[in-house]
Formats: sequence, structure tokens, C-alpha cells
Amino acid sequence: MAQALVKTERDANQRRALISRSIFLIPGLAYITIFMLVPLGFIFFYTFLTRGTYGGVEYIFTLENYTRALDSLYVGILMESIMIAAAATLLAFLIGFPTAYAITKLPSNWQNVFLLLIVLPFWTNFLIRTYAWIVLLNTQGFLNKGLINTGLINQPLEFLYKPGAVILGLLYAFLPLMILPIYSALVRIDPAMKEAAINLGASPSQAFRQITLPLALPGVLVGAIFVFVPSIGNFIVPELLGGGKTVMVGNLIRDQFLKARDWPFGSVLAISMVVMLLILFFLQARVNKAVLGEKSG
Amino acid sequence: MRMTRKVTVSSFAALLLFGLSACSGSDSDSSALDPNADLSKQTLTVSIWAAYYPEDIAAKFEEKYGTKVTITNHATNEEVMAKLTAGGDSGIDVAFVSGQFAQALAAQGLLENLDKSLIPNSSNLIKEAEQLSYDQGAKYSLPYAWGTTGICYRSDLMKGDEPTSWNDLLTPKPKYKGKITMLATERWLMLPAQKALGYSANTQDETEMGKVKDLLIKAKANLLAYDDTTFYERLVSGEAVMVEAWDGWCNYGIAKNKNIKFIVPKEGSDLWADTMVVLKTSKNKEAAHAFLNYIYDVDVHSWVVDNILYKVPNKAAMAKSLPALVGDFPNMGISPAELLQQEGLVDLGKASSLYTRIATEVTSK
Repeated sequence: MAQALVKTERDANQRRALISRSIFLIPGLAYITIFMLVPLGFIFFYTFLTRGTYGGVEYIFTLENYTRALDSLYVGILMESIMIAAAATLLAFLIGFPTAYAITKLPSNWQNVFLLLIVLPFWTNFLIRTYAWIVLLNTQGFLNKGLINTGLINQPLEFLYKPGAVILGLLYAFLPLMILPIYSALVRIDPAMKEAAINLGASPSQAFRQITLPLALPGVLVGAIFVFVPSIGNFIVPELLGGGKTVMVGNLIRDQFLKARDWPFGSVLAISMVVMLLILFFLQARVNKAVLGEKSG
Repeated sequence: MRMTRKVTVSSFAALLLFGLSACSGSDSDSSALDPNADLSKQTLTVSIWAAYYPEDIAAKFEEKYGTKVTITNHATNEEVMAKLTAGGDSGIDVAFVSGQFAQALAAQGLLENLDKSLIPNSSNLIKEAEQLSYDQGAKYSLPYAWGTTGICYRSDLMKGDEPTSWNDLLTPKPKYKGKITMLATERWLMLPAQKALGYSANTQDETEMGKVKDLLIKAKANLLAYDDTTFYERLVSGEAVMVEAWDGWCNYGIAKNKNIKFIVPKEGSDLWADTMVVLKTSKNKEAAHAFLNYIYDVDVHSWVVDNILYKVPNKAAMAKSLPALVGDFPNMGISPAELLQQEGLVDLGKASSLYTRIATEVTSK
């Protein structure tokens, strides 16, 4: 009997704690509902409507916008966007992981200095930093002039206005978003684990592959999503560094809303992106759970 | 599947609450304008392209009429159109847009018919500019600047190959490959191919546009980039030797390098106009008219000619500014009659999606 009373009291305490915690969630939930879910609902609703001649929508229901999205023109652009964003993400990982790893090996006061240096570019406007690449890389730019002056080349090389330049621009813009989560994952790994592995006979490279890398994986995945998502939706870099000769999904969506005045089709493209990104987040959560579940379980 | 508007609205009332609440704008009558209104009690919000107007314009206008003016900048027509057509009162009283966009706004009933008695300076309007195809009679818009599109090139780097035709830009000699840019904005992206093939710049014919697409895809192989904003700098640096350009923008290159020249290709080109409109939703229409009148003041409008290096359809302002400029910038001397020979751009209505699709096909190839 007394035990039952204690249990009820504990339940009541837990319930009170839950309620007070829920109250703190209200502002966040309200914000997400009003500024994200409701507008997203509008966009989803628009996908079934017909375009108005001057923008907006006419309330004639149709599924045509969806069938149009399967047109090889748009599927091709989506594929190219995925390739470009994936290439930027892969390069960001190849550069970002060693960078983050090196920073964790520094004395802790130096670690903060280097982390500050990593986010420093964000203090300058993104557009200006992108234009700076044009100044560096164009055929009359610093790099070409330097190479010609040193006699390495006779004719200026065309670095810009190719998909490669777009990848470079995206990599540059979003690299810090890869480094920071990997750093925070690496810095949390208990050094004792690696020492234990080595004491038990693992070589340093084995310890790195079997201890450090798997434990850093959640950070890598977060970084990959942080780089991939803004890359695939970006429309400024393809326009400036791609010279308007490379079209990505971001450009396509913007053009449907602002130029073609085709809100319903633009909405279909936007929703397809959302669905694709949700799948990515789902996969990331699954991997995360597998890795962390193994560790704690 | 078809559904009547009424059924839809009721079943999706909750969703539409935010989106449609502002759509039912009231139709105010332009005859209600009061010539003796106290302008100091009105405020104005004017949306205009950045760096396209005297910087002190708001202060000067307030000094003269007591009206507080807020200037907001837009980078493109599309940007301000998105605000003006989103439904409800955008808060903008006067907007600067290109002619075909003014036409689209008027077709949606968003523009106030101008009361010329409140714009006495409009007597300076060049009479040819009253007959622009997007607004015959200048009923709802007053042009701010106008011009045409052509080829801007380095005469020193193209000696003996000076372009005279759109084909020189679209199918250049091999040595100019990779040193050419074209405009990125759809209508001007299409223009060189449309004119080279002898079509209208406003064509809605799918077969014609198919041929335009093929020619543009071929031309793309020779391009450095599609560029709306830095093409004249590329000419100055020598990165490009020949670019499709608006006449006024070519002048910015000419100002830095006298070897830069502008031509209107022999197949003809477009006549574009950037124009001023008063929004129907404006609660400050008298002040808005006074603002248009202020722009048409000789001194204000000739500032535009002197500093922006654009032609303006204002007789008095051109008479004042042209003599000192035409020597350095020959395209400033293109006469209104010559401009009128070019084809005025009009709104495409439903065909705008055809143009966007072709632009996407060309640029993604």
C-alpha cells in the first residue's frame, strides 16, 4: 500500500516535470508551426492548383504539375544538382576531417583560436566572398597573371564558368559547416578508449579506424547534411561562378516563382526538395542511432 | 479536376486565412484625387533600382513638399513584382519597373490611372514616348528612361571584325570563342536569336521559339558567361571582347576605355523603357503624382542623363544634357524616332512559361 502511494507520488512528480518542460517547448513549437509548417502547407496545397497568368494560382485542381516534374529536363537538372552538391560535400569531408582532427590535437587555448579562424569568413557578406573568386580566377585575374608571369603557362586558363567552379564556390562557402560538427564529435571522444585499444594491441591506424572514425561518424553526417542541403538549394554560386551556364534546382525554383510566374510548378519542385531532404535526415538519424546505440548498449 | 472557387475557398478556409485575407483590395476612384491636398500630411514609399536615382532625392523632395519619402531598392523587376502582386497593400506608393512589367500590373488592375493635371511637368514628355506599345497614351505609367539593346565591343581587339549583325555575336569567328557574354534575363537572352532569325521579340509561336532555342544552344558553346551586371567590366579588362548590352550600360565601359563601342545590329533590336507607376493601393496618391512630377523636373531628370548615362524621354532634360555628352557617348544621341523603329517589349501573359522553359533548356544544356 505504502509502496503504491510512493509510486503515485513519483508519477505525479514526473508528470509535473513533463508539463513544466512542455511549457518551455511552446515558443519553439509555435514558431515552427507558424513560420514553417503553415507556409509549407500552403506550398503543398499550391502544388495541386493551376498557375495564374500573372503569378498566383487559379483554383482549378490538377496533378499536371507533378507529371511535369518528371520531364527529363527537370530530372536532369535535379541529378546534376545532386552530383554538384555531393561533390562539394565529399571534398568538404576530405578537407574538413583532417582539419578538425588537427585542431583537436592542439592545446585547448589554441583550439579556440583556430575555431574562430574557421568561422571568420562568415563575418563578410557571402556575395562579396563569391565575387572575390571571380577576381581571383578570371582569365585576367590574379591567378592567371601570376602563372603567366612565372612562365608556367602562356595562355590564360579558364577556371571559371564551369561546374567545377560551382563546386569550388560551394565548398568554400560551406566548409566551416563540415569542420565544426566533426570537431565537436572528435573532441568528445574519451582518449582512454583509444589508449585502451592500443594497450590491447591495436596499431594506431587500427585504433583510428575502429575507434575514432566510427565515433566521429555522427558529426560527419551532421556536417555532410549542413553542407549538402544549402549547396543543393544555392542559386547564387551557379549564377556567379557558373556564369549562368550551370542550372541547379535552386535556380529552377526561383525562376518558376519570379520569372515564369508558375507558382504551382515551383511549389512541386520545392516540395520534392523537402521530401528528398527529409529522407536524408531520416537516414542520418538511423545511422546515428546505430552508432550511438552500439556504444551505450 | 475542376472545382468552383466557392467550394474551394470554403473547404480550405483555414489554409487560406493568411494567404487571401489581403486579396480583396478596394477599387478607389482616380477622380477622388484632390489637387489641393496637404502633401506634408502624406508619406511616400518608392521602390526603385539601386543607384538609379540622385541619392538626395528623398531629402530634396521632402524639403520641397514636406512629404516624408522612404526609398526602397530592388535589384530586378521580378523582385519588386513579387512584392506588388503578393496581394493586399504592399506599402509601396510608387514603383519603377520595366514597361512590360507595368503592363502586367495594369492587367491585374493594380495601377492607378495617372492624372496628368497633377503632373504638369509631363509636358516635357517626348511625344514618341507616349506611344510605347506596353501603354499606348501613357495612361498608367510615365517612362523614366528608355533605350535599346545592342552589341558593346572592344574596337581595338576586334579590328577588321567589328560586329554589325546579331550573327556576329551568336556565331563568332573561332578566335573570339570564350570572349563573349550574353544577357541572362530571359527576354534579352532570347532577343539576339529572335532578331537574327527575323522573328518578333514578343513572339509566342512555339515553332519559332524552338528555332530560337536551337540557335541559342549553338551560341552557348562560344560564351564566356551569361551576365547582366558585370559585362562592361569584362570588356574593360579584356576578359571579353564583345557582349550583348543595354545601351546605357555600355556607356559605363566607354567611360573607362574609349575603344569600347556600341552598335545596334542591322536586324533591329528592342525598345525598352523603365517606367514609373502609382499603385492603386496607395493612400498617398497626390504625393505620388507630385513625385512623378518632380522627376520630370528638368534638373532632376537631366541628373539621370548626366550620371546614369541613360536616355530619358524628357525633351527639356535631353536638350540640357545631350550636347556635352554625345561626343563621348554616341549612343546617347540615338533619336526618339530611331528608338521607335525598334520593337517595344510587351508582356507575354501565359507564354512567359514558354520563355522560362526555353531559357532553362538553353542554360542547363
